[in-house]
Amino acid sequence: MTQINVRVDGVTYTDDVEPRTLLVHYLREQLGKVGTVVGCDTSNCGACTVHLDGAAVKSCTVLAVQADGGEVTTIEGLAPEGGGLHPMQKAFHEMHGLQCGFCTPGMIMASVDLLKENPDPSETEVREGIEGNLCRCTGYQNIVRAVQQAAGEMRGSGNGHASPAEVDTAAAPHVAGAQQ
Amino acid sequence: MIPAAFAYARPSTVDEALQAIAEGGDDVKIMAGGQSLIPVMRLRLAAPETVVDLTRVAELRGVRDDGDAIVIGAMTTHHDVMTDPLVLQHAPLIAEATETVADRQVRARGTFGGALAHADPAGDLPAVALALDADFVIAGLGGRRTVPASEFFVDYLTTALEEGELLVEIRVPKLAGEWGMRYEKFNRVAQAWSIVAVAAVVRREDGHIAEARIGLTNMGATPLRASAVEAALAGAQASPETIAEAARSAAEGTAPSSDLNAQADYREHLVQVLTRRAVTAAAGL
Ligand SMILES: Cc1cc2nc3c(=O)[nH]c(=O)nc-3n(C[C@H](O)[C@H](O)[C@H](O)COP(=O)(O)OP(=O)(O)OC[C@H]3O[C@@H](n4cnc5c(N)ncnc54)[C@H](O)[C@@H]3O)c2cc1C
Ligand code: FES
Ligand code: FES
Repeated sequence: MTQINVRVDGVTYTDDVEPRTLLVHYLREQLGKVGTVVGCDTSNCGACTVHLDGAAVKSCTVLAVQADGGEVTTIEGLAPEGGGLHPMQKAFHEMHGLQCGFCTPGMIMASVDLLKENPDPSETEVREGIEGNLCRCTGYQNIVRAVQQAAGEMRGSGNGHASPAEVDTAAAPHVAGAQQ
Repeated sequence: MIPAAFAYARPSTVDEALQAIAEGGDDVKIMAGGQSLIPVMRLRLAAPETVVDLTRVAELRGVRDDGDAIVIGAMTTHHDVMTDPLVLQHAPLIAEATETVADRQVRARGTFGGALAHADPAGDLPAVALALDADFVIAGLGGRRTVPASEFFVDYLTTALEEGELLVEIRVPKLAGEWGMRYEKFNRVAQAWSIVAVAAVVRREDGHIAEARIGLTNMGATPLRASAVEAALAGAQASPETIAEAARSAAEGTAPSSDLNAQADYREHLVQVLTRRAVTAAAGL
């Protein structure tokens, strides 16, 4: 066992971990931060993305001991203190950037990291910026819109490049019809 | 899965690291960014007795100017290499190829030295180091030695690094004259490894190609130089026709594998196409 000191979502923890413990397992099983999920065994899917010392990383591909002395932000610590959603969370909600939601925590953490480097990304830049995150449901279209909407809001200039999710409005009457 | 148990050492200097490697038992693994090693350990394809983590060895990070070369510390992350002003000025080929490696999360932790020491035939940086005639500085308990790129890559996932040794830094010579560079990578989907890629470095002189250096990714167990193309281009006129003609010999002397992504004959075709594109762009046409 190795002792680590780590700040996670604003709280400092001192814990004993086995060196082989992956950061994602430490977060989920020792701290109960189950908002961060595991979606693959190959470091491909990005579902486990968190920020370690300010950069997005795949927490399944980092050892917990490597976070010693560091600062981790998970999806659970992203929203501002005192309630409400982070603009990226809000944009995913509004633009329908998810279906099953499994990829969403990682998508959001990777997207926030992207905007730190590029506050006004083009559609291509968003697609390339989140290439490390796989979504099996949405086809990415509304995820890209959500990231651009959040970018606009975070720059303080309204909706950015994004227009409301067309898929949503097109599907609405159809769904309503089926329910009648 | 979770890796098998191991003893963990976290040195903060190169000397401490060499000591930890020497004392770590029969099966010691050096960990740089862990972006290749942790996946392999998770699948239990590797189960080292001791892991020596270089993350805190500060002297291995960063890029510095050393007169006739830039020197890249082995632990400099892909992200930091890509955005480094010295790299962008003297070896933009490295930045261009590094941008195509994996994704932003992997690039935040994976390192230049780790990717070279790993020596995956599909890895993008070995062929780039070969095309730039880089030198590899290796430390052992007995001192340091320098190995040229042409001798560093020995076989599939095998380099000139001996047991107990550490890759410390990579010296990339500054190029004099008018040089153009291009990395052409062909892969199937985002975040995927190269099926084939070509690194071209071309020196132009009065409308001619004075010298061309061409590194090939994934055309054999190690990165290769396209020597026949280089010979055909030396002193040739910089025209699309000459380049296209020379690129036809790009597969000469290669031994690509057949796998899930492509058959060997497909790779032999692809390397000619990518060589033509890379040299054309590097020649400024
Ligand atoms: C999803 C994904 C996609 C990827 N796609 C690509 C891609 O498209 N192209 C590409 O080139 N790479 C790709 N990679 C690999 C990536 O570039 C890794 O960063 C790199 O291969 C290993 O670097 P590392 O620093 O993480 O090394 P580690 O994983 O820590 O180490 C790799 C190996 O090198 C040895 N080693 C490391 N540093 C040293 C040293 N200083 N001295 C001696 N031995 C050392 C280790 O013992 C180990 O055997 C991908 C990785 C992932 C997870
Ligand atoms: S769980 Fe898939 S990349 Fe980490
Ligand atoms: S919403 Fe289901 S995987 Fe993305």
